[in-house]
Amino acid sequence: MADLSSNFVGIKSPNPFWLASAPPTDKEYNVRRAFDAGWGGVVWKTLGEDPHVVNVNGPRYGAIWGADRRLLGLNNIELITDRPLEVNLREIKAVKRDYPDRAMIVSLMVPCEEQAWKRILPLVEETGADGIELNFGCPHGMSERGMGAAVGQVPEYIEMVARWCKANTRMPVIVKLTPNITDVRYPARAAKAGGADAVSLINTISSITSVNLDSMSPEPSIDGKGSHGGYCGPAVKPIALNMVAEIARDPETAGLPISGIGGVTTWRDAAEFLALGAGNVQVCTAVMTYGFKIVEEMKSGLSQWMDEKGYSSVAEVTGRAVPNVTDWQYLNLNYVAKAEINQDDCIQCGRCYAACEDTSHQAIAMSEDRVFSVIDEECVACNLCVNVCPVEGCITMVPMATGQTDPRTGKVVSDTYANWTTHPNNPAATAAE
Amino acid sequence: MANSHLTPGVVAGRLKPRDYHDNFSDKEPPLDAHEAAVAADRCYFCHDAPCMTACPTSIDIPLFIRQIQTGTPQAAAHTIFDQNILGGMCARVCPTEQLCEEACVREIAEGKPVEIGRLQRFATDTVMAAGIHPYTRAAPTGKSVAVVGAGPAGLACAHRLAMYGHDVTLFDANEKPGGLNEYGIATYKTAGDFAQQEVDWLMSIGGITLKTGTAIGRELSLQALRADHDAVFLAVGLAGVNALRTEGEDISHVQDAVDFISGLRQAGEFSAVPVGRDVVVIGGGMTAVDAAVQSKLLGAEHVTMVYRRGRDRMSASEHEQDHAASKGVRIITEAAPVRIIGDGAVTAVEFAYTHETDDGLSLSDETFRLKADQVFKAIGQTLDGLPDGLTLSGRKIAVTGAGRTNLDGVWAGGDCAAGGDDLTVTAVAEGRDAAEDIHSQLMA
Repeated sequence: MADLSSNFVGIKSPNPFWLASAPPTDKEYNVRRAFDAGWGGVVWKTLGEDPHVVNVNGPRYGAIWGADRRLLGLNNIELITDRPLEVNLREIKAVKRDYPDRAMIVSLMVPCEEQAWKRILPLVEETGADGIELNFGCPHGMSERGMGAAVGQVPEYIEMVARWCKANTRMPVIVKLTPNITDVRYPARAAKAGGADAVSLINTISSITSVNLDSMSPEPSIDGKGSHGGYCGPAVKPIALNMVAEIARDPETAGLPISGIGGVTTWRDAAEFLALGAGNVQVCTAVMTYGFKIVEEMKSGLSQWMDEKGYSSVAEVTGRAVPNVTDWQYLNLNYVAKAEINQDDCIQCGRCYAACEDTSHQAIAMSEDRVFSVIDEECVACNLCVNVCPVEGCITMVPMATGQTDPRTGKVVSDTYANWTTHPNNPAATAAE
Repeated sequence: MANSHLTPGVVAGRLKPRDYHDNFSDKEPPLDAHEAAVAADRCYFCHDAPCMTACPTSIDIPLFIRQIQTGTPQAAAHTIFDQNILGGMCARVCPTEQLCEEACVREIAEGKPVEIGRLQRFATDTVMAAGIHPYTRAAPTGKSVAVVGAGPAGLACAHRLAMYGHDVTLFDANEKPGGLNEYGIATYKTAGDFAQQEVDWLMSIGGITLKTGTAIGRELSLQALRADHDAVFLAVGLAGVNALRTEGEDISHVQDAVDFISGLRQAGEFSAVPVGRDVVVIGGGMTAVDAAVQSKLLGAEHVTMVYRRGRDRMSASEHEQDHAASKGVRIITEAAPVRIIGDGAVTAVEFAYTHETDDGLSLSDETFRLKADQVFKAIGQTLDGLPDGLTLSGRKIAVTGAGRTNLDGVWAGGDCAAGGDDLTVTAVAEGRDAAEDIHSQLMA
């Protein structure tokens, strides 16, 4: 049985599944229920200075859905905690006392002045919390006041605040990064330079989920007006995975611990974040959609997969896929694959045909009796047919064996690796010595 | 004392008022908006979709379901009506399990097709309930067309012709228009007088003059119609019934199933319709199922359907057979009636077991009797009162192309014409296509 216990920058938790700083971790009642349900840790919803902020009194969330109204993306215009600092601190202390084996991280957001941080850090330390997470991520509301993403978008500020925190607390410091930037490596490098113990990412993405076509207001609509919110949920996972990988494979930040966040919904999502360099994961939208109970599936699924693959600890999984993340220019251009349709699995919907015929390479033939077959002479192995097929595993990309002739190009498949950097069509190609 | 299912003989009022209501309301209730959204989400929007190919009227099913998915059932209805102006009725009565839903790729994948019929009803009901008729007439052409028979074929033809600006006179032998939609379909498939509502809605396009109680060979002659109109479309259906040719056929309470079904449709109160305690239905088609199921729904104690060939040869679909079984109808196959027994009124039917031989069906010496106080014959309908001069193909009017008969300017479609299944949806397709052909010939 795989050991799911996690040690993230010295913070121990029985599993690598933490709840992200968000509504589910806003107060004692929820966090106790989360721990009872089996969550390994929580990042308490962001604390700020008193007087506490206020929230809108209308809708805070917008969403997009897939088939059968499956929630794919959620956005929110909720601010940091709207309860007094003292209440939060008291509750954090009480919960940590009762759940000593769980990770208790406190998210913080105060103005960009050292005094402000100096004031709040001892108060948090006094609760017995295991660490802090600096919220440099929220793209809405707080950023208008010079906090959240407004800090996270300026690497110099990140470094400065991280340094203040490291200087003023014994607790590990995790810097939460915003994805609303051009290159996530710069803020990550700044966090490292400031002495941060880890980064966590991604925070939410600036977004408008929909427009009410009757009132012409963006949703969620507050009295006929809308404001951009922070987007999260399954739809943002690909963006988050890439950003995690970018940091994990950046020589300047290599080895910097990463807490992976962004659309983690199943054990599989979590495993993917771990493989791309995350030491643990944080979850929010999935529990806001399905409740705390999903952690049971996450634990059993990750555990089963680790057993099947022979991984005995979470740490063994972390970063496994990072060496395989590379630049496009280094991809092997001698690798040739062809789509293959399993006729036994095919339900003859013809979506592969429509997609290939209308929008790709006209590489799928359709017979009178609706048998769909790949035309190898045309197939560039683009994978679109695989992606649009409703039956998982029905269409696969099968690599051609060395020595076979690709009927599309007439070239023999070579077992030598050759990439763009040496390709004759590349004006900057360096001739092989 | 009130009657019950145990009361001997053919009597009315076997059930409580509430039971009648439950038994004869919608067999499949309409989808609400949420159910429709969930059902629509299952459609894969197939390329050259098999469901569409399987539909005799070629409704663009993936498109109309996508229009439901995106919150525009009105547009979905328009997509349906473009191909099938009786899309509302077809949504209720089509044997979808043998047509679109049988072809649905999710039937192949999961054994659970997209609920195309019910989604179609959701779309068409939305528009019809709002009283919207989405078509207008083209400028008058000055041409006039006689359409004989206001059933599905005639109605579809009349609507399309009226839309093109022709003046249509629509004749029907019965008191009400609708044909089998009004007189021949089980009550629970078209609850709430839908057939008449649909006709009214269809006629609201204008340009169609309805003349009921007018039959060819009675008040009308084909010769006169040809003289008075630029074209004639015959959609007279199959008004005759096949005889059993069995001893005792004329004993009382032995009747044609079609008469029982139409009587039930026209009955003001279901509780006033008499039914036997032991009912035997002879036949294996939809009419037999409809008669058998409705006998049961009226409170008969025992209902048995007997078909002379094997179950696989029954024209009632498996779905229909299952429905009959679920209502408590017993189905016996490979047995044919040899004698109807009774002194005055029927008391039993004697059957012989059958077997298929190279020379056809053969009766065995093995016989059995079923107790019966009411017998329905449902062994097929036939063309009745055909005008002179028309060439037949088999026992129906021979047609070529889009319903052209051998007579110049005379088209035929629906059940009376050769080719195609005897289904509402096929009749609609034939009426529509004949209208297109008539239009292009009149305007040439």
